[in-house]
Amino acid sequence: MKICITSSGETIESALDPRFGRCSYFIIADLESGEHSAVANEAVGFGGGAGISSGQLVAEKGVTAVITGNVGPNALKVLKTAGIEIFRGTDATVKENIERYKAGGLEKITENVPSHFGMKNRG
Amino acid sequence: MKIAVLSGKGGTGKTTIAASLSASLKPSQYVDCDVEEPNGHIFLNPDIKLSVPVKVEVPDFDESLCSGCGDCAEACRFHALAAVNKKIVSFPEICHHCGACYIVCKTGALTPAERIVGVVEMNGDKTFARGKLDVGEPISIPVIKKLKEYLKTDMPVILDCPPGASCAVVQSLEGCDFCLLVTEPTPFGLHDLKIAVALVRKLGIPFCVALNKAVEGDSRIQDYCKKEGIEIIIEIPYSREIAESYSDGVLPVHIRGEWKRKFARLYDVIKERVSQ
Repeated sequence: MKICITSSGETIESALDPRFGRCSYFIIADLESGEHSAVANEAVGFGGGAGISSGQLVAEKGVTAVITGNVGPNALKVLKTAGIEIFRGTDATVKENIERYKAGGLEKITENVPSHFGMKNRG
Repeated sequence: MKIAVLSGKGGTGKTTIAASLSASLKPSQYVDCDVEEPNGHIFLNPDIKLSVPVKVEVPDFDESLCSGCGDCAEACRFHALAAVNKKIVSFPEICHHCGACYIVCKTGALTPAERIVGVVEMNGDKTFARGKLDVGEPISIPVIKKLKEYLKTDMPVILDCPPGASCAVVQSLEGCDFCLLVTEPTPFGLHDLKIAVALVRKLGIPFCVALNKAVEGDSRIQDYCKKEGIEIIIEIPYSREIAESYSDGVLPVHIRGEWKRKFARLYDVIKERVSQ
């Protein structure tokens, strides 16, 4: 199975990016093979619809779970439709979050934060 | 003639100046294009008689006809449609009503449906008109477009624009003959004035500056305008009397005949500038 982790950088040593729609990178990790790849998030600079576009992108990657900090209302709707589970990552590296997920140590997210929550203090 | 009153920075006195100009000119039409927060009615006290809903077309989705191809989501430049697992998720509130999704849909699963996003309100003789965007709606353009269908052609029209210099302001300025750029002698006032000047220059609309809350000893606006060759067509002093009457919903032109004459003259000067 494949999962997606929102990341601040291209490697699994990077810190988790707590934003979903406007995270810097999506790390797609295959838990069976242990392989992973990074996808730069074009939606970072979108005027609007970042959560929707990001949700669609990860759905197209065929992941079954997303690990992130928070999701907005629109992203939640897309991920729910796609049947993707969402987990709240911790303030650690992507690698550590994957390990915690595997151990069943991450909390499931079922509710969204308000629109543009992750854009606070970011100008 | 259509005169747009804009500022860049909010709170410089667009409404005070637009409403004062309209109140000093009989007949004239005042049009509140600041549809997210219209407030001209506080000063002009219109008796609202007409109310026209503003409708937009958003896609209605028939799941039974959808093949799940995702062409609509790909065509949507605003990400108002997403295709996941051969299912379409629709976000009508961020739709920009371009219609691309209906064109690309091969199965007829998407058809236009109506959605109300705001209202245009007017007094009996339509000399006062305002747009009101519904709370929570993110796109004001359709309301401003609808409002501008009611512009009069047989008398001067004063358009009170939204703050900023974005799409909503451009939509308000379209078709106007003259722009009055309201500013104040503060760093933000000057900063945003420069953006507003760049915008009206790009649109090719003749303009002048109205300096509000002018204080002695601060010439930043005058210095900038001199350098840029921009005329300051009216100066209103920073005055406790004006601020107090404003807080009671009373325009400067209604407290002193001197101000009424000044604003009536302002229109004549604008007419001259437009014909030059």
